[in-house]
Amino acid sequence: MAEKTINIKLKVWRQGGEFGGGKLVDYSLDDVGTDMSFLEMFDVLNEKLIAEKKTPVSFEHDCREGICGTCSMVINGQPHGPMKGTTTCQLHMRSFNDGDTIVVEPFRAKSFPVIRDLVVDRSSFDAIIQAGGYISVNTGQAQDANAIPVEKDVSDAAFDAATCIGCGACVAACPNSAAMLFTSAKVSHLSTLPQGKVESSKRVQAMVNQMDKEGFGMCSNIKACEAECPKEISVDNIALMNRQYLASVLGSDKQA
Amino acid sequence: MSDILKSNVPEGPLAEKWVNYRGTMPLVAPNNKRNIEIIVVGTGLAGASAAATLGELGYKVKCFTFHDSPRRAHSIAAQGGINAAKNYQNDGDSVYRLFYDTIKGGDYRSREANVHRLAEVSRDIIDQCAAQGVPFAREYGGLLANRSFGGVQVSRTFYARGQTGQQLLIGAYSALSRQISRGSVKMYNRHEMLDLVKIDGKARGIVTRNLLNGKIESHAGHCVVLATGGYGNVFYLSTNAMNSNVSAAWRAHKKGVFFANPCYTQIHPTCIPVSGEYQSKLTLMSESLRNDGRVWVPKKKEDCKKDPTTIPEEDRDYYLERIYPAFGNLVPRDVASRAAKYVTDEGRGVGATGLAVYLDFASAIERYGKSEANSKGMNNATPAQITEMGEAVVKAKYGNLFHMYEKIVDENPYKTPMKIFPAVHYTMGGVWVDYNLQTTVPGCFALGEANFSDHGANRLGASALMQGLADGYFVIPYTIGTFLANEIRTPQISSDSPEFKAAEAEVKARIKGVLDVNGNQSVESFHRRLGRIMWDYCGMSRNAEGLTKARQMIRELRAEFQSDVFVPGSNDEYNPELEKALRVADFLELGELMICDALDRNESCGGHYREEYNENGEALRRDDDYMYVAAWEYTQDNADWNLHKEELDYENIEVKTRSYK
Repeated sequence: MAEKTINIKLKVWRQGGEFGGGKLVDYSLDDVGTDMSFLEMFDVLNEKLIAEKKTPVSFEHDCREGICGTCSMVINGQPHGPMKGTTTCQLHMRSFNDGDTIVVEPFRAKSFPVIRDLVVDRSSFDAIIQAGGYISVNTGQAQDANAIPVEKDVSDAAFDAATCIGCGACVAACPNSAAMLFTSAKVSHLSTLPQGKVESSKRVQAMVNQMDKEGFGMCSNIKACEAECPKEISVDNIALMNRQYLASVLGSDKQA
Repeated sequence: MSDILKSNVPEGPLAEKWVNYRGTMPLVAPNNKRNIEIIVVGTGLAGASAAATLGELGYKVKCFTFHDSPRRAHSIAAQGGINAAKNYQNDGDSVYRLFYDTIKGGDYRSREANVHRLAEVSRDIIDQCAAQGVPFAREYGGLLANRSFGGVQVSRTFYARGQTGQQLLIGAYSALSRQISRGSVKMYNRHEMLDLVKIDGKARGIVTRNLLNGKIESHAGHCVVLATGGYGNVFYLSTNAMNSNVSAAWRAHKKGVFFANPCYTQIHPTCIPVSGEYQSKLTLMSESLRNDGRVWVPKKKEDCKKDPTTIPEEDRDYYLERIYPAFGNLVPRDVASRAAKYVTDEGRGVGATGLAVYLDFASAIERYGKSEANSKGMNNATPAQITEMGEAVVKAKYGNLFHMYEKIVDENPYKTPMKIFPAVHYTMGGVWVDYNLQTTVPGCFALGEANFSDHGANRLGASALMQGLADGYFVIPYTIGTFLANEIRTPQISSDSPEFKAAEAEVKARIKGVLDVNGNQSVESFHRRLGRIMWDYCGMSRNAEGLTKARQMIRELRAEFQSDVFVPGSNDEYNPELEKALRVADFLELGELMICDALDRNESCGGHYREEYNENGEALRRDDDYMYVAAWEYTQDNADWNLHKEELDYENIEVKTRSYK
């Protein structure tokens, strides 16, 4: 890996403090190593701003290995940037070219109010899970784990839905700011497994109702959520959730 | 034995201690639980499972995290798996064997009774998690699958692809969310604990900073449970998340909680090597990869820069298989890391920096490919077909790890061996706790990586998830009763007392102090320098001379921080730089204590390798003098800590030199 460097220009959304209601601010960075991650590039920018006694750019991040779901950012119009199946923290500067101008904005949605610069409040996601995104089992009530065999295919399908990291890219990608992919991934993860089938109709109603209450939009089958999801969660989950929701509302949930 | 350190291990035979104790310990009746408030700090596996379970039991729980959501804690990044003595594979596993492996893996520096309890409850954890909907890997028959981890000769590790921590944490998070919706847990996101508050010697609350607006708040309860993780980020570069920190535990330490074995840090052998100066963190490649990957370096130095696929078999040194034939590539982490250090010290390291070794999947791909061909009846399969089928099997097992590697390094690990190198990963040391997980401050408990209790001087793979969930789901819900049963007449604790006011004032003064320096160097630059000192002198190998020097360097760095750090912005706003400054200030104190502990321990054991004490490069323990837990008491003058020793007795295990040969 011979270290290559590029020079870039940035247009970064700044909001709060001296930047008030928000605007794009220009920065330029030279000699950016292409093995650097996108967030490390922001570290370098912030160190530069701090050295000039300016306010660094606020952005959220934690694990930097693509699993905690804390990082966000819309990069050149795409949540988590141009690389498919990748969170911002796992995006590297080798995805950009010398002389590029990169526009960086927060995840935008009515239900994700901006806190500062690129940081948004995603607690509406927690509220959806609290409404029913669980299996009702207290500690100590479980039977032996091998007492309920689960077909490998079923288990794998549940797993695929369960890989959601709760980052909110699906909402940011959707023109309607819908949280259908997030909510349906949880509905599908739990209702696919035999353990979670028992309360599935109550769950789907509670979660969908909460999703509406939080102000998320409706789904119009644009599928931008699936395209931008860093875990590549399928929109099939949305279809499954809609089917379950209808069945539960119309009272034929026993066949769902 | 120090008279302050009472381990409170119950009497009786080892295998019956926990069961008998559980059946006789004091209880709190449901009507009283409703009036008792418990503060839980941290929402990783230990914190979330504890808060959820205590809520289910009927206590009033207040739960705190500095993250925006309890689902973000760094437990989520654990990859490989979780151990349990289920013996589903019929390969001779048992509670005793898991107990024995853990004690031996910890190099005979952990407490027998705690470890045995851990092995006992391990089985319940798997049941609980499966019931919550954790999608563990399964065989085609629908039953749970297992794999092997380092330092053991059975398959007892349950896993969910390479995302086991994520799935277990989501399970605990959903249990917690259920209690939040029922009102039994009140959740405080984006609140960072900055002090522990004691009233009449008992832990009665915490002071937090609301990270959105800087508001300093007091929260009172009948007791405080710390589940705030480890302190690996003292090294700056580690596999920990960027925001993982020691502050909650450190603040409790300064209020009387003893800190145990701080020098025991785990350097994980398989991480992606450092690539540049700007690097902010290191990424782990799960230990599970050593089930199938073979570790090697070239035999000849001149081959180190060659394309590894062109180096013939006879010129490769599979050094772990050569030195440790009984365990091969699955030796424990401390052993594997040291071996990697030796071969790179010899000049046989690979990659641009020479600080890497290969982890090669070529033989696994071939083996799996042949097995697939066989099961499909393809007797004339071409090598290309075998490779293709083998790669598919490897992908199914480790796909997300290979994907992550490729994204970071920009090389295809199916075709060319991975390059890996040891990195700081976990801290075995932590807050000293007794058998009840209670610290030296009554009413203050510590769980998970935050405590010191179960892993001795080295943790075995897939045991951190086990311990976090054991503590949270199956230990603290019982043992907390030993304290709370005497508190049922204690009315609700008020946060208006002078003790809370004094703690708030102290926190505000500390924040003002760091903001007022208004110097010229960034917090990050200090953290980087601290990490360098710790890695160079208190990392994979240590010696008295270097440690003594490092202690002085840290003191000087701390003084420089106090006179020249620059923190932009104010307290009354969202200010990540201020958060970081407070954490780094605490790391600058902890670093010195780690060095004191490493200096005190004139032996090598597990992750603590003192160059002066070795036998042909293997760690040389000195059981006659050092078979104790070093519990350090903070003294107000901050010049030195007082050392208290908890002697370790091994009644059920013969203490031997650890051998994986």
